[in-house]
Amino acid sequence: MYDKGKIITGIVVFLLLVLFPVWYSALAGRTGHVPDPVISKSAGDRCVEPAEYMRSSHMDLLDAWRDDYVRHGGRAHVAPDGTRYEKSLVNTCLRCHDNKSEFCDRCHDYLGAKPICWDCHVVVERGR
Amino acid sequence: MAETVPSPAELAAVDYEKTPPKNWMDTPVEFRPGTWCYAAPVKHAEFLGLPHPHKWSPNEEDWGLPENWREIILEGMKERLEKYRSFRLFMEICVRCGACADKCHFFLGSADPKNMPVLRAELLRSVYKRYFTKAGRMLGRLAGARDLTVEVLKEWFYYFYQCTECRRCSLFCPYGIDTAEVTMIARELLCLVGITTGWVVEPVSNCLRMGNHLGVRPNTFKDNIDFAVEDLEEITGIRVEAPIDKRGAEVLLVVPSADYFANPHYFTLLGYLALLHEMDIDYTFSPYATEGGNFGLFLDKYVAKKLNAKIYEDAKRLKVKWILGAECGHMWRVLHQYMDTMNGPADFLETPVSPVTGTRFDYAKGTKTIHICEFTADLLRHGKLNLDKSRNDDYVVTFHDSCNPARGMGLFEEPRYVLRHVLNHFVEMPENTIREQTFCCGGGAGLGSDENMEARLRGGLPRANAVKYVHEKYGVNTLSCICAIDKAVLPPLLEYWVPGVAVAGIHEFVGNALIMKGEKERTRNLRGEPLPGKEDAGDV
Amino acid sequence: MNALVSFLLVVGLVLIAAAGTGAAGLQTLFGVVVPYVAILVFLLGFVRRIVIWARAPVPFRIPTTAGQQKALDFLPYQPLENPPGAGTTFLRMVLEVLCFRSLFRNTRAEMREGPRLVYASRKWLWLGGLVFHWAFLLIVLRHLRFFTEPVPGFAEALERVDGFFEVLLPELYVTDLAILVALTYLVLRRFLSPPVRYISQAADYFPLFLIVGVVLSGAYLRYLSRTDIVAVKALGMGLLSFHPDPAALRGVGAQFYVHLFLVCTLIAYFPFSKLMHLGGVFLSPTRNLANTNRLTRHVNPWNPPLKGRTFEDWMEDFKEEIAQAGYKLERD
Repeated sequence: MYDKGKIITGIVVFLLLVLFPVWYSALAGRTGHVPDPVISKSAGDRCVEPAEYMRSSHMDLLDAWRDDYVRHGGRAHVAPDGTRYEKSLVNTCLRCHDNKSEFCDRCHDYLGAKPICWDCHVVVERGR
Repeated sequence: MAETVPSPAELAAVDYEKTPPKNWMDTPVEFRPGTWCYAAPVKHAEFLGLPHPHKWSPNEEDWGLPENWREIILEGMKERLEKYRSFRLFMEICVRCGACADKCHFFLGSADPKNMPVLRAELLRSVYKRYFTKAGRMLGRLAGARDLTVEVLKEWFYYFYQCTECRRCSLFCPYGIDTAEVTMIARELLCLVGITTGWVVEPVSNCLRMGNHLGVRPNTFKDNIDFAVEDLEEITGIRVEAPIDKRGAEVLLVVPSADYFANPHYFTLLGYLALLHEMDIDYTFSPYATEGGNFGLFLDKYVAKKLNAKIYEDAKRLKVKWILGAECGHMWRVLHQYMDTMNGPADFLETPVSPVTGTRFDYAKGTKTIHICEFTADLLRHGKLNLDKSRNDDYVVTFHDSCNPARGMGLFEEPRYVLRHVLNHFVEMPENTIREQTFCCGGGAGLGSDENMEARLRGGLPRANAVKYVHEKYGVNTLSCICAIDKAVLPPLLEYWVPGVAVAGIHEFVGNALIMKGEKERTRNLRGEPLPGKEDAGDV
Repeated sequence: MNALVSFLLVVGLVLIAAAGTGAAGLQTLFGVVVPYVAILVFLLGFVRRIVIWARAPVPFRIPTTAGQQKALDFLPYQPLENPPGAGTTFLRMVLEVLCFRSLFRNTRAEMREGPRLVYASRKWLWLGGLVFHWAFLLIVLRHLRFFTEPVPGFAEALERVDGFFEVLLPELYVTDLAILVALTYLVLRRFLSPPVRYISQAADYFPLFLIVGVVLSGAYLRYLSRTDIVAVKALGMGLLSFHPDPAALRGVGAQFYVHLFLVCTLIAYFPFSKLMHLGGVFLSPTRNLANTNRLTRHVNPWNPPLKGRTFEDWMEDFKEEIAQAGYKLERD
């Protein structure tokens, strides 16, 4: 007894499972999609830290801001060039980046990252 | 018992955590007396037409292998890799997790790491890797591979004839790797170069020639059955009929040959005879298929098929309707898992129906074969038996599940159901030692010889130890079982580890308790011993 | 020895990837060629292995029966331990594959004074194995976010559940912790238990160390090095669309290539190793067959024909004895 049918079915199921990313993304038509976060026009050319650092570690900064603000009352962030910013997601970050859905969400959605920021903070986007 | 056997205390001094100083590949096997079986006599190997029959002995240096023995074995491996999915799979997927290690009765009794099922299989797997995988060919030992040398072959012989194919390891293996499969194939490979044991080959040769393992000739078979009829008459006062070669009988009764040859099997036979008479079953023995057991299974699948074929062949000739299989372990492994595939379909037979209760045994409509414990349990369920349980009151009984009906069939409740109906004092052994977790008697798969007594006593230690427990705690004095090998092997085992416990078959108790129509006042049990309260009866 | 060789081998792999993508600048090799080759080897090797197994028949129906058979209707049977049909066999396999049913039976034997053999339930191996395998599976599924666009809901949900405790930033995954604990147990077991150490081979240590390497390098990427995961995903999606993204290749560091190379080694090694128990468990004839032996015939395609000695030979050889017994031995 060979159980040929069952084994072939098994192999097909196995291949379908393993190759899920290929057919799933192809079916969705977004295989080559790359996120393109938009810097709002209202933003200047400077951030609280260099762009490179912000790209990889903004969550650390926000986490540190929150802890410092809530637990120790630390209000001021001093940028490398000496500029002082308020440690505030809404009042500082979102003032410039007033387009969460085009800026924050683009990469977060792309990576399936669901930051807990919005569990508490309400976002009012420009023009809405 | 052989003089070479150490004391129980010496034998039980095992340490499972201790391993030899050297890697197992560098630890050659040692053929101490008492641990191995004698080689097969040439005349029997010749009669069977086995390859390369020759005179040799395991403890000698030169085993007289054929010149091209390595090619023969490797060719045999290749053939079996193509024939058995199980073989290739079991050679490739073991992860050596070690779950099987302390599940083997031979490991528990010897603490020899090569008796861990994982390492037993590795003895063969290492050769498989060396000759059948690229990694093994290129990396050798680093890939767990090794050359097939005479030393390796000797190791195979030693350890694959120290496995009783009981399948306990396969129960615990996360992938169901079954050492019985591996052992069967390893033994077939050894057989290809003339390495077999007398205790297996001689019964097989007898069975092929005369019809049964023990070499009982056709006339002696009849004498023995007639003798049993007389014995039973003496005990019960009733002369039963025990037909042999009765054409057109409804049922063919197939028993292991020990039932009409050896003790305590014989008392079980008396039980069948009494029961079948009392229920007025139209049955017959076969004069040709006088063996239900099948030592071919321990040698080679084709030989097993050849021996098994007689049962259906003679069932056909005798024009019976269905087959009743008696108490025997590996016989039932064959009847249940192999017979239909090897020698079926049994389309000339009918689905078994109990003539007494009308129960149709539909689950057996393929093989047309049912177990006598199933048959009797059904009778009891329908209240067809008139019983006096108190006749078994001298017995405090526990039940040993035989490996094959346990893990190759799932016959757990039927014998217990029967026991509870026919006797008053029944206790179970600890749960890790019964039912699907049952331990082998230590002498299955053709190891029940005397020259390997030490190995048997070691292998039987876990079983005997569980018996000892209920013997001491509940006063158990009888170990019941439904296997002819058990009945042969357990008495010396128990005598060694737990003196004072006898061995008996289930239907011995049935025969004791059965009140037969027109019987004389029973004063003795089937063993001829006085019944409880009848110690003073005159005829004892 | 076996352990040392395996360990050095894994260390070597780490160094190769680090040097190859660091100093030597072979990003295309390690980021494109190696993953493609590894996936191809995995898929072809896996299917080939199954086909090799499948080409050998299952000549006999040999389930290991682990419970009461279904026979007499007044005796309750155990369908999951001794399945009487296809459905129950399927369920038995489900239990085996998803819950490691057989390993759950594990006991440990001990010889005490007396002599007295005692058996204790020993679930550690079952627990360690189960935690390891499930954590591994969940981690693989969690990685889907790097290989799918849009990220499927179940992968996002898994991510949330896995990071439920919200400790550390990014949140510590429970599966990461679990797999490390389980791996530690599995490694220590191989070293500390004498019988297990005795049976262990390089083929056991190597995949174990390799997986430890994969897990540690992955954890490093997430918790310590802050890899640009947008680039990681761009790299993954580029491979899937057969248009590798050169910018993404340069956007990830050597640490990432170490992780990727170890993963590639693992999957390319997979079909040639004991890791194939993943596929093999489904084919195991002691588990995937129903105990219907007496009900329906199992056909052996190579069932050899009977030859040699016959009934007539027997009658001839025992003429006298047969006459003495008075058997008629009629035949049609």
